[in-house]
Amino acid sequence: MSALSSVVSRGFDVEKVREDFPVLQQKIHGKPLVYLDNAATAQKPFAVIDAIRKFHEVDCANIHRGVHELSQRSTASYEETRVKAKRFLNARSKTEIIFVRGATEGINLVASSWGRKNVKEGDEIIISALEHHSNIVPWQMLCEEKNAKLRVIPMNDRGELIIEEYEKLLGPRTRMVAVGHISNALGTINPVRQIIEMAHRAGALTLIDGAQAAPHTKIDVQALDSDFYTFSGHKVFGPTGIGVLHGKKKLLEAMPPYQGGGDMIRTVTFEKTTYNELPYKFEAGTPNIAGGIGMGAALDYVTKLGLDHIAAYEHELLVYGTKALSEIPGLRIIGTAREKAAVISFVIEGIHPHDIGTLLDRQGIAVRTGHHCAQPVMDWFHIPATTRASFAFYNTIAEIDALVAGLHSVKEVFG
Amino acid sequence: MIDDLYQETILDHSKRPRNHHPMDDANRKAEGYNPLCGDKLKLYLKMDGDIVQDASFEGAGCAISTASASLMTESLKGKTREEALKLLDKFHELLTTDTPASRDLGKLVVFCGVREYPARVKCATLAWHTLKSALDNVTEPVTTE
Repeated sequence: MSALSSVVSRGFDVEKVREDFPVLQQKIHGKPLVYLDNAATAQKPFAVIDAIRKFHEVDCANIHRGVHELSQRSTASYEETRVKAKRFLNARSKTEIIFVRGATEGINLVASSWGRKNVKEGDEIIISALEHHSNIVPWQMLCEEKNAKLRVIPMNDRGELIIEEYEKLLGPRTRMVAVGHISNALGTINPVRQIIEMAHRAGALTLIDGAQAAPHTKIDVQALDSDFYTFSGHKVFGPTGIGVLHGKKKLLEAMPPYQGGGDMIRTVTFEKTTYNELPYKFEAGTPNIAGGIGMGAALDYVTKLGLDHIAAYEHELLVYGTKALSEIPGLRIIGTAREKAAVISFVIEGIHPHDIGTLLDRQGIAVRTGHHCAQPVMDWFHIPATTRASFAFYNTIAEIDALVAGLHSVKEVFG
Repeated sequence: MIDDLYQETILDHSKRPRNHHPMDDANRKAEGYNPLCGDKLKLYLKMDGDIVQDASFEGAGCAISTASASLMTESLKGKTREEALKLLDKFHELLTTDTPASRDLGKLVVFCGVREYPARVKCATLAWHTLKSALDNVTEPVTTE
């Protein structure tokens, strides 16, 4: 470890934490795996793997309405995750917690169910220049269908949203402001509380895409006063295919169902169907039961580690990594927001990100290269793609040193 | 650190691409786009009847796609349309199958390492997709998808 590592506090026992993640204990191309692609998906601790395994080995049955023992067990553990998610987000009630496939589906549910009912011709939806495609396209589709207008909060050179410009976009026709809590491409932490307050003053609702925030910061939907908040299980160390949409009860109650099918109904006749109560009205069909149970274990895991500890440790990784990477000649960090999560996106003069990614992989280092599903962000910086290192609490200073050494050897190849 | 993918010839052609310029008197042009990485490429051909007299390209991409375009334009000159299309097939075979490399490929065999990197096959084939549409006189940009 380099001298700089002494600045990192010892308050967080990262070596012990790493033992909880079996995937990290392997070599790739003969080198220890350095996993720096956490913004794409996070690795899973034994607690999650074991919970899913136990469900399949011991408790497997379909949930709800079953009178037999297994069904009661699976229903109980699946529904327990709803309570855990309520606590995780500090929601008012567990009936406000809708299970979805992930943040993408959470946004689509709102755009489709709330949007179709409430957005009229000439209305306006505001998103931001930092959004992931998942928080652009559903709104674009809605605007196209309704002849509504999509407006975009611009950003500055650091990759921060310009709040004064946002203020100007708000108006009597603004129906919804949908922004990400943390940018996946640049790591910018948006001032969502302020953004929400301003939207409410203009009479608009808000949706916060928390896909990148849930694994890194404490979320309190009551303090934020967000109308909708969504995140994905797999980015918070749970399995893929499961996530949460939180919505304020009175809004959810007034919304039509998203999909039709089993579980979301109260009574069905060929003449008329009545819908189930919250949250089941929005949960048609057999859900991802194992995924839900796995996500519950994941939320327990991060809660036990403590999101405050996680955020503090990751900030140290960010500070160390930013300094270490900046010292590489020809390397430029894209996204230098003052409030930033542990994501470092960068370009190196004369070397394409795909070549960097492939050569780092040969050294066991996993990074993501490309547009990170945020093409407008890339266009804004006039670059086709970046290389992105995104950190989690199990990453170490030594791994950042390995990344730096890896980048030096990439430069040698192309020197 | 030279590995099986980034062979000397590939690095050389990526750093100093040959025929890397627009061509004013081209009579065939085509554009290629790889939506996975955002790479764009413009290909110019000067055809004399059925024969490729000259070939050049513009655009910046990764080392694999740049070297591929550079080596492709070199190997096209003097070939008939049919020979060029045959070369395209052989090149595609080199990248996607285990069959031994055809001798007709010449220098292009340096791309044999790409088959071990499925995520990079599209980088190597971008120029060739574009060649196909230039030869077919397609004016819409072609993508690798």
